[in-house]
Amino acid sequence: MRDFLNRSLRTTIVFLVAGGILMLALGGYLSSASRGITGAFVAVQTWFSTRYNAIQDFLSAPRDIATLRQRNAELEAEVSRLQGQVIELQQQVRETQILAALVDFSRANPESTYKGAAVIGRDPSLFLHYVIINRGSSDGILRGMPVVTNQGLVGRVDAVIANAARVQLITDPASAVNVRLQNAEADAVLVGSVTGDLSLDMLAQDATVEVGDVVLTSGLGGGYPPDLIVGQVLNVRKLDVELFQRAAVQPAVDFARLQIVLVITNFRPVDIQPLIPTTSP
Amino acid sequence: MRTLIAFPVLILAVILQSAVISRITLLAGCADLMLVILAAWALQTDIDASWQWAFLGGILVSFVSRMPWLVVLGGYLGTVTLAHLLRGRLWQAPVLAMFGVIFVGTMFMNVGAYVVLQFLSYSLTLNDALGLIVLPSLLLNLLFALPVYAIMRDLAHWVYPAQEVE
Repeated sequence: MRDFLNRSLRTTIVFLVAGGILMLALGGYLSSASRGITGAFVAVQTWFSTRYNAIQDFLSAPRDIATLRQRNAELEAEVSRLQGQVIELQQQVRETQILAALVDFSRANPESTYKGAAVIGRDPSLFLHYVIINRGSSDGILRGMPVVTNQGLVGRVDAVIANAARVQLITDPASAVNVRLQNAEADAVLVGSVTGDLSLDMLAQDATVEVGDVVLTSGLGGGYPPDLIVGQVLNVRKLDVELFQRAAVQPAVDFARLQIVLVITNFRPVDIQPLIPTTSP
Repeated sequence: MRTLIAFPVLILAVILQSAVISRITLLAGCADLMLVILAAWALQTDIDASWQWAFLGGILVSFVSRMPWLVVLGGYLGTVTLAHLLRGRLWQAPVLAMFGVIFVGTMFMNVGAYVVLQFLSYSLTLNDALGLIVLPSLLLNLLFALPVYAIMRDLAHWVYPAQEVE
């Protein structure tokens, strides 16, 4: 009986102490002590967990590396494919921009009819400036037809086969285009050179030419339609001892980046050679 | 029948020349792939079809180019002739022979073109032609010489396997 009372008393005391500690903990009076205990517990658990993870990584690493390498190769292939797609799309955007500009140009100049063509090659000769386009006689292209872009005059068709044509650029050394200066109202002849530079020849001494003047085709000679933009005057050389002024011209067309051109198909060049008087003996 | 390999090779060369090589310029000059190929082929030992190659190459380039065909054909035949002359004498130093043929062939071809175009009333100045066209294109031709020579040597060994010496 006495033992039973002692055990009950001990149990009661234990419960009371435990309940008191619980009450104190719930009341927030043991927070510093519990923080220290839980901190130590967490630190020990973290140490064990870190070591376990390291061991697990070490044991499973070969399999993961193989998987990662395979995944990396897949992703690299995907990146390459997407990069190729991006380049292709950029090229399409560039072509679309060029085509849109050409369509705008053809709408702004409805008096002419145009046939679009891609530049597919250049003359292998170093001294001559010709390009090859992918339209020919089967598309209605004829020799002598002018070739333009939305920026200005490119040249004219020099030779034609069924599916392609060769275009003489205005920068060719043998090219001569009758032009006029928009502001000066003066006529001149635009000639090319072996380096691709353009210059004005046969420009009257009394013409007032200034840098920046716009150069347009005059239509004289019947080789080109009038009022096509050719370029701008870059500088003028006027010497009293010479018969004519000379001027360098900055072409409106970037001939180095010529990709798509328009052939004016409703223009027929006029051959005025029989009308030029010759000295008879 | 082996000569027929000239058709695909030279047609490909003309296409590459017109579409790609002509756009890779140094100043106003660019490489002449056809000339380099013909020189490299003519320098291969035991190859006897180089004259036909030069003739076909000249015809193909003349078809694409506005340059008078006599200039092109004469230039290529002259280059191949020079290669034949050097092939027997510099057989131990084919790369040196290649450079020599390219140098002389390029100068011969371009000077010929310059003279003919002057006769045809093209406005060409000698300084511009030399400094901006001939010398840069000569440099580019020399740059192309080694890789093209290696490719043509492999092609020659493939086309003429029985006569391979090495």
